[in-house]
Amino acid sequence: MFHTALSLSDLLFLLKGASVTVAVTVVAVLFGTALGLAFGIIKAQFGWLATVPLTFVLDVLRSVPLLIQLILANAFQSIAGLGLSPFLVACVVLSLYTSAYCAEIVRGGIEAVPAVTRRAARSLGMTWRQDMTNVTLPMALRVALPGWIGLALGVMKDSALVLWLGIIELLRSSQILVTRLQEPLFILLVVGAIYFLMSYPIARLGGRLERRWREND
Amino acid sequence: MIEVQDVHKSFGSLAVLKGVSLTVRKGEVVSVIGSSGSGKSTLLTCINGLEPINSGHILVDGTEVHAPATNLNLLRRRIGIVFQQFNAFPHLTVLENVTLAPRKVLGMSKSAAEEIAVKQLSHVGLSDKLSVYPSRLSGGQQQRMAIARALAMSPDYMLFDEVTSALDPQLVGEVLDALKLLADDGMTMICVTHEMAFARDVSDRVAFFHKGVVAEIAPPAAFFGAPQHPETKQFLSNIR
Amino acid sequence: MFNYTFHWYQAFRALPQMLHGALVTLEVAMLSMVLGVAFAVLLAVARMSGNRVARGLATTWVEVARNTPALFQIYMAHFGLGAFGIHLSPFTALLAGITFNNAGYLSETFRGALNAIPPTQARAARSLGMGPVRAFWSVVMPQMFRISFPPMTNQMVWAILMTSLGITVGLATDLAGVTQGLNVKTFRTFEFFAMAAVLYYLIAKTVMLSARLLAWRLFRY
Repeated sequence: MFHTALSLSDLLFLLKGASVTVAVTVVAVLFGTALGLAFGIIKAQFGWLATVPLTFVLDVLRSVPLLIQLILANAFQSIAGLGLSPFLVACVVLSLYTSAYCAEIVRGGIEAVPAVTRRAARSLGMTWRQDMTNVTLPMALRVALPGWIGLALGVMKDSALVLWLGIIELLRSSQILVTRLQEPLFILLVVGAIYFLMSYPIARLGGRLERRWREND
Repeated sequence: MIEVQDVHKSFGSLAVLKGVSLTVRKGEVVSVIGSSGSGKSTLLTCINGLEPINSGHILVDGTEVHAPATNLNLLRRRIGIVFQQFNAFPHLTVLENVTLAPRKVLGMSKSAAEEIAVKQLSHVGLSDKLSVYPSRLSGGQQQRMAIARALAMSPDYMLFDEVTSALDPQLVGEVLDALKLLADDGMTMICVTHEMAFARDVSDRVAFFHKGVVAEIAPPAAFFGAPQHPETKQFLSNIR
Repeated sequence: MFNYTFHWYQAFRALPQMLHGALVTLEVAMLSMVLGVAFAVLLAVARMSGNRVARGLATTWVEVARNTPALFQIYMAHFGLGAFGIHLSPFTALLAGITFNNAGYLSETFRGALNAIPPTQARAARSLGMGPVRAFWSVVMPQMFRISFPPMTNQMVWAILMTSLGITVGLATDLAGVTQGLNVKTFRTFEFFAMAAVLYYLIAKTVMLSARLLAWRLFRY
């Protein structure tokens, strides 16, 4: 009927690659969101003119292909003699990349909070920080969450690029198997299914949240 | 002529037309009045085949509208309809709005279509707005453009579905004037309307729609002067 | 710290070559957009149609495109299709992968735009005697493109950036491919790729600016 040389240990090898994908993604999303939050708040608070340098850097991060950024970062750290592991380089680059997109999402979320609401909070005597933490950010979160989920999933998919630095994540694992087993189509389909299963449920959840929150507005 | 014979139509379980019969002869102007939700607009969309019917017949010059073999696209060239919401095509100028159908549906050349369009637009008083986009027009102007757009197809019949209901009061007059001119030219018209003065002055007959049927139909003098049906009397007394 | 002398002059000397590569990059990106938009319109219409098979196929395309990496899609085009005897060149495989991806994302954009257009527009067009295809083409679709223009611009920039993935399937003629070729010969990785990064940035910015100008001219209503 249907024969494949793919064994259980091969499948586990793939899943190990998937765990590397997840690891890189989680680190990048964590640090990227933290940075993105800071950048986004700065951009929303200080208006256009004061944030030109920051805007420029973030813009560059979004206008240069991620693969090029990874290659450049790796070349730079080897020139500078830093001796960083490829995994670390990948995490740094992906975190910065994520932060650039996250900053936009956070800024959009904050700007979606009506100015009158923020003025009301300040009029009650709250400090800027109290307004942020208790009023603005919680409201901004609702607007920003669907976009953020999309970003996180995007980072998970973009993480495949770190294979160029030699990191054995999911896609690279599959290529190793293909070299050995010579079943490119089947193995790719399995890998595609794994990516799909990692992404689709979360994407659906995000979509449902977005719809539910939009109805309540 | 348009013949509506015992037409029934429901939206799901909601029966809207419950046996409507009406005949409109060529050159006639029939106004249809009645309370909202009585099915008046639905009747118009059934006549040009936008909505299917559950039973009964609608014949336009002998062609059965809802027969499977009927080519609705061909039929709609003969029936023009103007809606309450003007439905201007926002991405086209006024002139382009009016020439679109003649060029694409009737296959006219650009110059021939523009000639007709300019004529119709001048009839409705929009000669100076030809290269303007609808977003820059008032509601009344957009509605007049919609009328010119329908007329550019040289239809035999014109259906008007509460065309002034969405307009600010001061803009209503210009649209009604356009309709009156059209009626004087001999166009066959069915006008669903709330404008009683218009119904009285311009129509050949006025029909009262109530609970999904034509409860009463008569020339304006008889209709407004001596209504027969109790519901008609009730409706008319509520408006006075 | 830096036991390394930067040889920038080498990078500058290679600029004409890299600019040629940039042209190929633009070529792939534009082709992938034209094809992607065409497929996306069909996919959007298919997903909103009553035909179950069409809906199912279209949804599969869209969900696979949006839930798997672009690199995976390019690998599928290059390595996966080989099992069916279809051997695509690196250029074609890259183009196919990016087009597949573009079509998936754009069809969602178009679907949202179509939902935003009141059904009364199509009704008015049909009432004038237009058939369903003509009504869609002349009345609904132009409005759909108008609404979708900013996301389409973003997708174009994405497509340009995605072309860099061509080096993973051996493409040597686009900007990234040329840069990699120079890198392999001279090992001046940083200088060459830094130059490439600058070029990508400039291309992306130019596209965004041109798009804004185009929008201003096209959509002045």
